[in-house]
Amino acid sequence: MGFLTKLTPKSGLHRLPSGSFTVDPYGEVVSSTVPQWVPEAQIREIGQQILGVFKAAAAAHLQFSEIKVQYAAFKITARQMRGGAIIFLSPRTLQAISLT
Amino acid sequence: MAAPSKILLLDDDDQMLELYQELLKQLPSHPDVQVCNTGARAIAMLESEPFTLLITDLRMPKMDGLQVLAIVRRKFPQLRIVVLTGVLDEEYRSRAYAQGVEMFWQKPGTAEDIKLFQDCMESMLGRAHESQDGFRGVQSKSLVDLIQLECLSRSSSLLHITRGGLHGKIWVQSGEIIDAATGNITGEEAFKEILSWKGGNFEILPADPLRARTINNSYQGLLLDSAQALDEYKGPPPATHPDAPGQAPADHPSNLAALGGFEGVSFVLSIPPDDKAAVDSWSLENAQGVALWARDTHRRLAKIGESLHAGELTGAAGFGLAEHWALKPYEQKGLLCVGFRPAMQAEEVEQTMNHVFDKWAS
Repeated sequence: MGFLTKLTPKSGLHRLPSGSFTVDPYGEVVSSTVPQWVPEAQIREIGQQILGVFKAAAAAHLQFSEIKVQYAAFKITARQMRGGAIIFLSPRTLQAISLT
Repeated sequence: MAAPSKILLLDDDDQMLELYQELLKQLPSHPDVQVCNTGARAIAMLESEPFTLLITDLRMPKMDGLQVLAIVRRKFPQLRIVVLTGVLDEEYRSRAYAQGVEMFWQKPGTAEDIKLFQDCMESMLGRAHESQDGFRGVQSKSLVDLIQLECLSRSSSLLHITRGGLHGKIWVQSGEIIDAATGNITGEEAFKEILSWKGGNFEILPADPLRARTINNSYQGLLLDSAQALDEYKGPPPATHPDAPGQAPADHPSNLAALGGFEGVSFVLSIPPDDKAAVDSWSLENAQGVALWARDTHRRLAKIGESLHAGELTGAAGFGLAEHWALKPYEQKGLLCVGFRPAMQAEEVEQTMNHVFDKWAS
């Protein structure tokens, strides 16, 4: 088995998180259903970037309350809530990709 | 049977738009009345289809009615324009008439006023159908022609000249040029600077009799000196403001207008990959501001994608009560940001964005 472990690349596959979390206006995570194996710092970073998008939009006179972001294998939906936001993380399954 | 007249109604107040749209639809000729709530949108609509009459408010945020009039009069000299405003300012009135508007109406307050307004609009639409001939507006008049005209007729006026974000003023008193100003310079130097501008818009404002005289040369001498100076020195081109109200300068119309023809699209913004290159936009005020936001948003979302190993960022869309938007990156051409009307559903936004993007990318 030691031989096989040496041959297998360690960074080949990544698990994509699924779930939702809320952040307050300061970017602090208030509640979360995201699995515990996802580092809290990473969740906070996502929340802060999304809040940054909403805040910068207000400065550019763009008004919206919901954003949907599509990646090749992932989808983020975020909705603004009293200065904070609720953020949904959903990996795109093969079935979902074939439908879109 | 002749096609119904088309009226474009511009006001930043949605309730007023609704009310006047209803009033105008009741006219005996049953005109097709379309509405918009920003100057940039009005200009985009006028570019995309012919209208018989434009009815505009004066006080609006960002691009006000006078700015709209200056652009519309230059681009659409045959269009009839009526100002409908709550502003009862004599200067506004004279500036609007100087821009060639047909009528200046205070917003009707009584049933009689409304009836009178409707009668006038009906009469104007009738006249518009009877004759399309004759000279309208002041298109393509050079600044030298204009100055000569003012001086030969021994007029007293203030010429206000704009080119992008540049502003200049020339004071004419009884046919003599007495002063000029642009930026921090005044007098003959300012006059020569203004004359070096290759194009722009002008207004003839009421004279300012209190203005002190700083130029004593005759107008013929001034024009001659300016012409010689221009011949001898071909300096750098004057600064232009690609994001000035009205979007792309009139002599470089945006080539994104074709993308604006898709159903539900309210603005189009093409952002090149190079941060320093100029953006191109259609029907969007504050294009530079939105472009900055779009670049920043793209960076933020791409960063999230990298941290999650989520794959390439393929697009994003925002949904609001006033407007929706969508953003898509394309390696060679940068970013495409498109605005959509709020009545559209998320699926419609996604589908239309894909069509617009395909056309833009190709």
